[in-house]
Amino acid sequence: MRAAGLDIGSRSVEFVVIESETGRVVHEREIPTGPAMAEECRLLVDEAPFDRLLATGYGRSLVEVSFGFPTVTEIKAFGRGAQAAHPGCRMVLDVGGQDTKVIALNGAGKVLRFEMNDRCAAGAGRFLEMTAAALRYEIDDFGAAARQGAPGTVISSMCAVFSESEVVGLMTKGSRREDIARAVHDSLARRIVSQMRRVGISPPIVFAGGAARNPCLRHLIEQDIGQALVVPEAPQRIGALGAAMLAAEASA
Amino acid sequence: MWTDLGLDLEAHAGLMNVLGSFYTDIYLTQTNRPKGMEYLDFVISEVHGLRIEELLAAKAQGRKVIGAFCLYVPEEILIAADAVSVGLCAGADIGTAQAEQVLPRNTCALIKSFFGFKLAGLCPYVEACDFVIGETTCDGKTKAYEIFNQYKETFVLEVPHTKSPAATKLWRSEIGRLVEKVETAAGKKITAANLLKAIETVNAKRAVLGRLNLLRAADPAPISGRDALLINQVAFYDDPVRFTKKIGELCDELEARVAAREGVAPKGTPRVLLSGCPMAIPNWKVPFLVEKNGAVIVGEESCVGERGTRNLVDLTGVDISDRDAILDRIAERYFKIDCAVFTPNADRNLHVREMSARNHAGGVIHYAIQFCTPYLMEAHGMEQTAREMEIPLLRLETDYSMEDAPQLETRIQAFLEMIR
Ligand code: SF4
Ligand code: SF4
Repeated sequence: MRAAGLDIGSRSVEFVVIESETGRVVHEREIPTGPAMAEECRLLVDEAPFDRLLATGYGRSLVEVSFGFPTVTEIKAFGRGAQAAHPGCRMVLDVGGQDTKVIALNGAGKVLRFEMNDRCAAGAGRFLEMTAAALRYEIDDFGAAARQGAPGTVISSMCAVFSESEVVGLMTKGSRREDIARAVHDSLARRIVSQMRRVGISPPIVFAGGAARNPCLRHLIEQDIGQALVVPEAPQRIGALGAAMLAAEASA
Repeated sequence: MWTDLGLDLEAHAGLMNVLGSFYTDIYLTQTNRPKGMEYLDFVISEVHGLRIEELLAAKAQGRKVIGAFCLYVPEEILIAADAVSVGLCAGADIGTAQAEQVLPRNTCALIKSFFGFKLAGLCPYVEACDFVIGETTCDGKTKAYEIFNQYKETFVLEVPHTKSPAATKLWRSEIGRLVEKVETAAGKKITAANLLKAIETVNAKRAVLGRLNLLRAADPAPISGRDALLINQVAFYDDPVRFTKKIGELCDELEARVAAREGVAPKGTPRVLLSGCPMAIPNWKVPFLVEKNGAVIVGEESCVGERGTRNLVDLTGVDISDRDAILDRIAERYFKIDCAVFTPNADRNLHVREMSARNHAGGVIHYAIQFCTPYLMEAHGMEQTAREMEIPLLRLETDYSMEDAPQLETRIQAFLEMIR
């Protein structure tokens, strides 16, 4: 039997097919979220055969309405996916494009509590993208550059748009590009950590989502909470993997 | 009638349109609805019709119409002076632009809404009122009434924020001041006899709502949370005697349903308790999203819910010819309300425990209107209470707009996944 998970996020769509019995990933693909989302998802899931599929992510209701795919929330999917990637984990941090989720787990993949920041871009991955663009960095190099920066430059605004103006302000004042990059990461890490503290920090902690590949962000969070973060092999895939695991379990 | 009341006709027609389609989507699409809800459908369809005519007819007979925004205004005193009491709390995202010309933007939606309704000329109830009664509960309301008074006469009751002996005395003296105000306005004496009669009327209304809340302990739940909320909302402005009779009949029907093990959702449906800020009419967003996603709400720990109705005025042992002694009992009853503006306010947590256990809630949704400091702050203590009860709690913070519905829905769905 094959089970599939489809995670339709604000920035990308991930599709994962696993072998139900072993949980082994047999197919995976990621595409950027586009305007004709339903059709693109259709093409994506037609790439590999499966017996059962669960959709998750903020676009899940679209495919539920269009194709009748059953759905599960990102919270449950990330919880299950993190448990699959790192059995026994007690906390998941997912810094996505538009929201940041922190989920407390019971050690067997079951959700105990969660907090979502979905109103404020300043606490999510989009903030990194915006400021990287303003500083003319490629997003994949942004974290490495920030690690070269010195601490001490501060971005204090509570809002992504104003923070971007602050970045521009710092540039015109002649601050070093790396230092500003560092300040951006500091500000995002601070927000994420306070959200984690609200849920209650409990290791092992899996860091999922694309931003988990950012070395500076990871380092700053680890430093602040005094705990290591486990970054799975393909952190952006955890939601789709979790949905696939849940699909496998539902049909078992 | 509308022009006489000074309403903005075009805006008012727009409001009625929105309300109508909202109501259809949220209420009339429900299945297995109790038949007794037809009365509520009727009341809502006449919310800006027959009920207003009734109020105007009462005025034509020389009776006063008095508006109130909050639970702390004793209806008994108004009724004893043969006045009509109407609840004015507003739950729609309308008139916000007008309200924001006067109020800071980060004011809670409830305050903006009642202000907006007045400034936009949308609410026939406010217009029909001879005066309105405000209270010094949260800071937002307290200061808003100062401004509101420029548009409509507003008599402000001082509600203390502790339940100390000195505060209790102050509250009792405020009740005395209200009695004088109402007597002067209505041109009628408030006597022990008509107070007793009014207490009987209002107690009966509360008792029937208490009966309704107990029936909701059954699984399958005999009535949806949306419908129960609607009943509580209508309780604020419908004629109390007629309302009590109709809800009594509805409870008879629900009792038969419970006996036959019938309900609005299958047995075993996830059960949720709502706790927090009042949901004034037509604020149905959260209950709708919760029930649409496959749960049933089994109680409202809210001003528009049990917080407002659970205590009766207790006349045991009172000399029924002694007006002041009766007023003491009224003051006592109202001072038991556990609004978050009080400190400390442990009663509210106890009440959440009691309601969750009694109606078998699998989880609590804590609802706070954005910028409502008292309830947002109390969410923390409620979280601890829920942990002690070993049931999950979801904190929601929202306003009256529909923009955040998808995000709210994700949280609600994830929460329901936890209690399934
Ligand atoms: S929450 Fe408090 S202030 Fe608001 S209506 Fe209820 S009792 Fe009044
Ligand atoms: S909801 Fe909160 S802020 Fe708004 S009026 Fe009521 S107590 Fe005040």
